[in-house]
Amino acid sequence: MIADAGGPLRIIGGGTRGLAAGSGEVLSTAGLSGVTLYEPGALTLIVQAGTPLAEVEAVLAAEGQRLAFEPMDYPGLMGTIGAPTIGGIVAANVSGPRRIAVGACRDFLLGVRFVDGMGRVLKNGGRVMKNVTGYDLSRLMAGSYGTLGVISEVSLKVLPIPRACLTLMLDGLDDVRAVAALSRALGSPYEVTGAAHLAAGAHRTLIRLEGFEASVHYRAERLQRLLAEFGDWWVEKDSPAWQDLCNVAPLHGGGDVWRVSARPTKGPMLVARVPGADAVYDWGGGLIWLRVPEGTDLRAALGPFDGHATLVRAGPGTRARLSMFHPVSQPIAAIEAGLRARFDPRGILNPGLMTPQTGAA
Amino acid sequence: MDMPIPDAAIVAGKDRIVARLNAALPPGTVISDPAETRVYECDALAAYRCAPLAVVLPRSTDEVSATLKLCHSMGVPVVPRGAGTSLAGGSLPTADCVILGVARMTEVLEVDYASRIIRTQAGRTNLAVTGAVEEHGFFYAPDPSSQLACAIAGNIAMNSGGAHCLKYGVTTNNLLGVTIVMMDGTVTEIGGAHLDAGGLDLLGLICGSEGQLGVVTEATLRILPKPEGARPVLIGYDSSEVAGACVSDIIKAGVLPVAIEFMDRPCIRATEAFANAGYPDCEALLIVEVEGSPAEIDEQLAIILDIARRHDPVELRESASADEAARIWMGRKSAFGAMGQLGDYICLDGTIPVSQLPFVLRRISELSDEFGLLVGNVFHAGDGNMHPLIIYDANAPGQHDIAEALGTEILKLCVEVGGCLTGEHGVGIEKRDLMTYQYAPDDLDIQMAVKDVFDPEWLLNPAKVFPLGASASRRIAAE
Repeated sequence: MIADAGGPLRIIGGGTRGLAAGSGEVLSTAGLSGVTLYEPGALTLIVQAGTPLAEVEAVLAAEGQRLAFEPMDYPGLMGTIGAPTIGGIVAANVSGPRRIAVGACRDFLLGVRFVDGMGRVLKNGGRVMKNVTGYDLSRLMAGSYGTLGVISEVSLKVLPIPRACLTLMLDGLDDVRAVAALSRALGSPYEVTGAAHLAAGAHRTLIRLEGFEASVHYRAERLQRLLAEFGDWWVEKDSPAWQDLCNVAPLHGGGDVWRVSARPTKGPMLVARVPGADAVYDWGGGLIWLRVPEGTDLRAALGPFDGHATLVRAGPGTRARLSMFHPVSQPIAAIEAGLRARFDPRGILNPGLMTPQTGAA
Repeated sequence: MDMPIPDAAIVAGKDRIVARLNAALPPGTVISDPAETRVYECDALAAYRCAPLAVVLPRSTDEVSATLKLCHSMGVPVVPRGAGTSLAGGSLPTADCVILGVARMTEVLEVDYASRIIRTQAGRTNLAVTGAVEEHGFFYAPDPSSQLACAIAGNIAMNSGGAHCLKYGVTTNNLLGVTIVMMDGTVTEIGGAHLDAGGLDLLGLICGSEGQLGVVTEATLRILPKPEGARPVLIGYDSSEVAGACVSDIIKAGVLPVAIEFMDRPCIRATEAFANAGYPDCEALLIVEVEGSPAEIDEQLAIILDIARRHDPVELRESASADEAARIWMGRKSAFGAMGQLGDYICLDGTIPVSQLPFVLRRISELSDEFGLLVGNVFHAGDGNMHPLIIYDANAPGQHDIAEALGTEILKLCVEVGGCLTGEHGVGIEKRDLMTYQYAPDDLDIQMAVKDVFDPEWLLNPAKVFPLGASASRRIAAE
């Protein structure tokens, strides 16, 4: 289909992120479904790109394993329907709260098969944990939003589901104190796998521990002591708060939503530059979900900073005015344009999605 | 090992090239005396040697930029070099190249413990990065066995691993940002102290690109709090199948050991003769190490020992003290030295799916008999990254060729069972000509197309990674 394409193509997985990338014929990966290979003892899963995420998670759960990077489910936040696919997750490098401890989606990507803009079927990486044979195009494909090629199959590292999960909670900290508490927890040897602060509502700060039963209780008790100066933390078993956080539940509904990646300790300062915004801090303060009034130019409000802001949810008017992705420096833009020209010489794969100024918007 | 014929015009123009570099750089930066450039004739793949045209040892990103800009304008190839510890010939010079060494760029630029990052010049050694933060209870996780000597720049170029990557990942999983200089001298930043740089993942692309896309001069790295403690156990089996099954069961049980090391009989025997660590004389030996508080270690080890017992071990040794733990590790840590006592060796680096371990070990043993050379296996079993050591006599005529041919067969075997040619050492020149076993022509073409974008003239480390035949048209067209 790609080789014969006469015009632009819109690549669709589950269609959950509502990426309205201009016009064009729709290419859906829905027909590419199913597990190709699963070896629990080697922590390896190879799966077709169009396989629904829920199906992948069910297959893994049957063996007591999971995708450790904790992909989020977009429909709630975006108000879309549809079921996320594993290919879509990889193409957007979707990673949840556990990213702070175990890495992003792309850190679990062992290999990928994809079709480039000329219709060539290409592969990179493989199915083994350590592989430095040639360039790492797998990581490049993860987060390229289908603009470099259409991912048809992915090979992923999976991890066992820990036996126990405890969450330390505390209400009422201001943003600066909350991030200071999270930094101290993440700087301890207790292997925190989630570190978040919900600045809206009760100002709740959350710290997650996962592992063996005795171990997580020991660590929770240690952390309560280590963080005593911030308040009396209580402990909850198997808290649903992480699922809510992962799906950014506090920001479902109206308003524009932005996703800001910054140096963790700079998070509160950045949020203070946007009065009236609702903020959800994840990754110890390094990831901030911000809800602002419709049409707000958040990048202008934040000014220059070490990091980037992505426009995740907005109406068509705002989207037409503000690019989804943060502008990159001139040398980087030149390299990105060069890569697109090589991977997709005709410019037909999701044109304009990552580079609106050159796209057919 | 073929290398491209040096450009005679460049070699003849040495004086002019050196003069222009000297004019642009501070005194003492450029080395051109053949007696001194010889020091840079090889890296840790010492079987191949060639002195470079000149060596430049800059102290700053600006000096790297000035060097590359000049070389670019004169069409002189540049081979970047960290500490020269590559086992794959990643920094092997050609006679017409300038070696750009970052070994003088060792400064720590910033440490932010609250954000858990360090920013350092890229010539700093791996161990010295940990050295800069350990006082505050932090460490830098990737730990290649050359970590005392190897530079972060080289770690980034090769995407280096180590013994502990089962838990902590390799370089690419711990790299947050770089300052990189392009071949034309352009300096740019990618990523930083935040996670997941915006736009396309150029950081992931650069990590492991073997110095072919740009020269990394500064790096922002993730640092981690040190665990409370660690303790190993030693488990011996009389069959490698059973040892492989034990590894798989440990992983499935949900324990994530920080390391699972595997040694086979030839390696155990050599090690015992050399280091006398008290290892059992058995077919396969596992060292499994876990981390945490003493009680947490007990909890994890109880699970591991329970699994190990179910597989009927010939030896099961716990460590009750730091001294006993050190004795368990002593043999493993001296394994390469012990194998070196038996002769010269080639160290391979293929990775295989863990499930294929027994089959691959059996085939290696058959190949070893067939070629008449001893092969010892010591490797990271948890992630399937094998390091077969082929013992040979470099002084016996033809033996090096036989050893290389055996190595080729073993690496082809790794690819056949679903693995890859190199897990952590890189392709360099060593595995360059085997790339066609792993990748189809189009798969290699798209990788070379990436180099076209970063370095259209193919001046940066041009004779590495890709088979010379495959890259010839690009290298020649660029001249």
